[in-house]
Amino acid sequence: MKFESKTPEGPLAEKWTKHKFNLKLVNPANKRKYEVIVVGTGLAGASAAASLAELGYNVKAFCFQDSPRRAHSIAAQGGINAAKNYQNDGDSVYRLFYDTIKGGDYRSREANVYRLAEVSVNIIDQCVAQGVPFAREYGGLLANRSFGGAQVSRTFYARGQTGQQLLLGAYSALNRQIANGKVKMYTRTEMLDVVVTDGKARGIITRDLVTGKIEAHSAHAVLLCTGGYGNVFYLSTNAKGSNVTAAWRAHKKGALFANPCFTQIHPTCIPVSGDHQSKLTLMSESLRNDGRVWVPKTAHKGLKAKEAASIPESDRDYFLERKYPSFGNLVPRDVASRNGKMMCDEGRGVGATGLAVFLDFADAIKRVGRDVISAKYGNLFDMYKQITGDDPYEMPMMIFPAVHYTMGGLWVDYNLMTSVPGLYALGEANYSDHGANRLGASALMQGLADGYFVIPYTIGDYLAHLGWNDKVGTDHPAFKEAIDGVNAKISKLLSIKGKKTVDELHRELGLTLWEHCGMSRNEEGLKAAKKKIQELRADFWQNVNVLGGSNELNMELEKAGRVADFMELGELMVDDALNRKESCGCHFREESQTPEGEALRIDSDYAFSSAWEYKGENQPEELHKEELHFENVKLTQRSYK
Amino acid sequence: MKWLIDLFTSSLGRKLLMALTGLFLISFLVIHCTINAMIFYNDGGTTFSHWGHFMGTNPVIRTLEVGLVAGFLIHIFQGLLLWKRNHQARPVKYSVSKDPKSTWYSRSMGLLGTLLLLFLIMHTSHFWIPNRTHQFTQGEELPLYNMMFEVFSNPWVVFFYVVGCVSLFWHLLHGFASAFQTLGLNHLKYNGIISFIGTAFSIIVPFLFALMPIAVYLKWIN
Amino acid sequence: MKITLKVWRQKNRTTKGEFKTYQHEHVSPDMSFLEMMDVLNTELIKKGEEPIHFDHDCREGICGMCSMYINGHPHGPLQTTTCQLHMRTFKDGETITVEPWRAQAFPVIKDLVVDRSAFDRIQQAGGYVSVNTGGVPDANEIPISKNIADEAFDSAACIGCGACVAACKNSSAMLFVSAKVSQFALLPQGHAERKERAEKMVAQMDAEGFGNCSNTKACEAECPKAISVSNIARLNREYFSAMVSSYKVTVGGGE
Repeated sequence: MKFESKTPEGPLAEKWTKHKFNLKLVNPANKRKYEVIVVGTGLAGASAAASLAELGYNVKAFCFQDSPRRAHSIAAQGGINAAKNYQNDGDSVYRLFYDTIKGGDYRSREANVYRLAEVSVNIIDQCVAQGVPFAREYGGLLANRSFGGAQVSRTFYARGQTGQQLLLGAYSALNRQIANGKVKMYTRTEMLDVVVTDGKARGIITRDLVTGKIEAHSAHAVLLCTGGYGNVFYLSTNAKGSNVTAAWRAHKKGALFANPCFTQIHPTCIPVSGDHQSKLTLMSESLRNDGRVWVPKTAHKGLKAKEAASIPESDRDYFLERKYPSFGNLVPRDVASRNGKMMCDEGRGVGATGLAVFLDFADAIKRVGRDVISAKYGNLFDMYKQITGDDPYEMPMMIFPAVHYTMGGLWVDYNLMTSVPGLYALGEANYSDHGANRLGASALMQGLADGYFVIPYTIGDYLAHLGWNDKVGTDHPAFKEAIDGVNAKISKLLSIKGKKTVDELHRELGLTLWEHCGMSRNEEGLKAAKKKIQELRADFWQNVNVLGGSNELNMELEKAGRVADFMELGELMVDDALNRKESCGCHFREESQTPEGEALRIDSDYAFSSAWEYKGENQPEELHKEELHFENVKLTQRSYK
Repeated sequence: MKWLIDLFTSSLGRKLLMALTGLFLISFLVIHCTINAMIFYNDGGTTFSHWGHFMGTNPVIRTLEVGLVAGFLIHIFQGLLLWKRNHQARPVKYSVSKDPKSTWYSRSMGLLGTLLLLFLIMHTSHFWIPNRTHQFTQGEELPLYNMMFEVFSNPWVVFFYVVGCVSLFWHLLHGFASAFQTLGLNHLKYNGIISFIGTAFSIIVPFLFALMPIAVYLKWIN
Repeated sequence: MKITLKVWRQKNRTTKGEFKTYQHEHVSPDMSFLEMMDVLNTELIKKGEEPIHFDHDCREGICGMCSMYINGHPHGPLQTTTCQLHMRTFKDGETITVEPWRAQAFPVIKDLVVDRSAFDRIQQAGGYVSVNTGGVPDANEIPISKNIADEAFDSAACIGCGACVAACKNSSAMLFVSAKVSQFALLPQGHAERKERAEKMVAQMDAEGFGNCSNTKACEAECPKAISVSNIARLNREYFSAMVSSYKVTVGGGE
């Protein structure tokens, strides 16, 4: 398969500007002759749909929730990075670029990351103009904080609800275009297939979740802004509905899937309380700015938070501060997560399960006072208390890592186009900017960068070359064929009537991946996981029980379809992890460590993005490599010592 | 003028009318209560009748009285209409309602208003309607002070008057502050004082009104 | 813990619903209310009964999707979202009644799932600042006092769950509408369109069939994000001043 990154030539800082000039434009009067489909209405989808409609394109937008405002971007807490340098502390576009490349452990494309840093400043301007109520200083100017391992304060925030405010901003822009008639919004509608003819994406097949009606929609281009696939682990910080279905079905129609094994495990989540657990709740990383992470120096089995005070200072191991004196509690997520896990593996974990470490605010409260802490983290503390019953003002929080974000996703070129012409992937659904590890407060930045400031330029080039006449109607046999395929799958799921619920099978899949393809991986475990997943998939198609019919609201059916896709994706993740015999970022291969037990990257063999090609049902996927060239940064082993 | 119709047929506009007429009626209550309280001079009705005569004959007051009747009618008519619409906004009711997080009287303005309407019918047919009818037909006022003694000699009438005043108390307790909220007149600095005046008003005025039939019946006044 | 659940079951928009009672034997105090429902649903599926449908998504109290009326309160007895309500709030052996949001403007789709698209249509009527992508001033161009920014944030914190409508005896959407109008009335960015916005959003709210505000303040008391009724006063102010002062400029002068 032929695929090229289309990275523009020239000096790094001029690539995007030059590229924008070289892109072909669609005549303003002709824009209304084009139709664009946007699937998903989170930050990337809503911003893209609104921006494209503003330009004059006719947009159809789809979300499976009851309103575009529910997309899971809404749950992002901490903030959004931008190289504004409002704090005069040495930030710049280049520094944000450098931090992001380095944070991603040199597994992302330089040009993409630089562009991200470059447009980051526009995002803040845009959001403020929309009326997003960012935090401000007394003088009336915007406030910033340092976040997740950054040594400059470049994170803009709106209390602990930045994602909500940004999404509501994008949602408002989308609403304006819906009111203008430029966007037709389909809520409670799930995309179930992409239609490709003559090698180009021509439309999608959807199911109306309320009536069960299967419908075809054709367009000149299709944008997948459908988020990440963290829910493959069953337990994650993702919303229950978050899924890989759109991306996966696109993958099966020819879109390469890149770096599937790169999943970020977030260090600060509320630990699991029992088998009934349905999802994990993230406590914003910003908590690590003031909280200190520790475990007792010797094992204290079942130590409760309220008993933490009984451990004298001398018997506490502030292990992040000890091991990484210069970054301390602010080391990147993967490092913090892995170290937390190591403490628990050593038997020094706390809480009933022993799968937790303390995050202690006692010192911070003593230093700045309860009121200041409450102003910064009040809602997070309340949420923690609500869920666990413990009051973090009085005792330390207990935290444990949880799957949070997937850096992997559909492979895209510099224009955000997948390997299928006319099919784009934006936001978390693509793999483009975060390499092997995402820095805190960068997900919101990327989603909005893609939607507001990249796709409006790059899509024009494709459409201009395509011409508005080059469109296939929904009466084309390819649509009929896709509809038949979707219907067949639904009938199959409903007809099995086995003994296991979708959730049970999903949970098993999740446990397998968590165990063998989670925070640390090794060849033996991965091979076992591959076998186990294949068995599970077979079990799923023989034993799943989906009640109800197809012509009604049937949430079990929705879940079943999504889990079926997770079952396939899970195996690809394991394949990818098996293939990458180095440690990098989130991907820690036990076989590849430094003498001190830190991750060891092998740039000579693995400085590439893996891009997997689907080869058919039960066929091994084919690996393609996009070699990564670093012309502007020197590859170093990450060190946060 | 379409905008004016739009304004007063919107949900907020209807509430605006309720608030404006409500406050107007509150101002009427102040006058009504003050003049009636003249009976407590216990001077055989001299002061009361003086002011009663003034109110009944002064052309300015008589003109305002038309506004007052209109105020009552709008308040009543809008109130009933709102009640109906609000009822329609929830066609299927909840099966459980316990420990509600609002006061019962704030939820029962329609009921309290209906009680007040019944009271108003009784009250006006005791005094205002016969008096005005007499004025129109005979050209002279009725002796209201004496009529009061006659009407309030019946313990049932006294009882219903007290019930009316109690309804008025609850109606005002919510209505006073609510009117300010509906008019958008709220401010952290002044919310406390509005609520204080509202509460004080809703206690003092109905209390004075209730005291009148009781005082007459118990012959504290003669 | 053991719990008796009385749940509203309704096949679709048009059929009549009814309460069904379930004995739930396997409840842990650490479960969230939705996890308790998940466990019940698993048991139902095992028995071959259709699971209870309810809306949910983020399960961390921010998406606003969950919407159950539990024992006479939207989102249950605590001032949180249903997903953040935990079973430790209830007593062993308690009977819990679960109903969908009830409002003319929120028709039931199935079981506990209701259609809240009326909220979206109200936002579409004017809940935005009309700026296109790009071409906006620098973010620090307009200083906004911290007080105002904080107050605007408090209004903007609305998650659009509809608990205010569910709680209101009149099914009024005033708290929801006022929160958005307030956010933009407070911030300078919203000033250019403030009159039009208040007028259009109120008109749409009325068209959707929500009731009137009786200022009972039940909405504020039940709102999981503690949106204040002072927003409603502000909406009243914004709307009345808009209605009496707005005009359209035509060629050659005012209307």
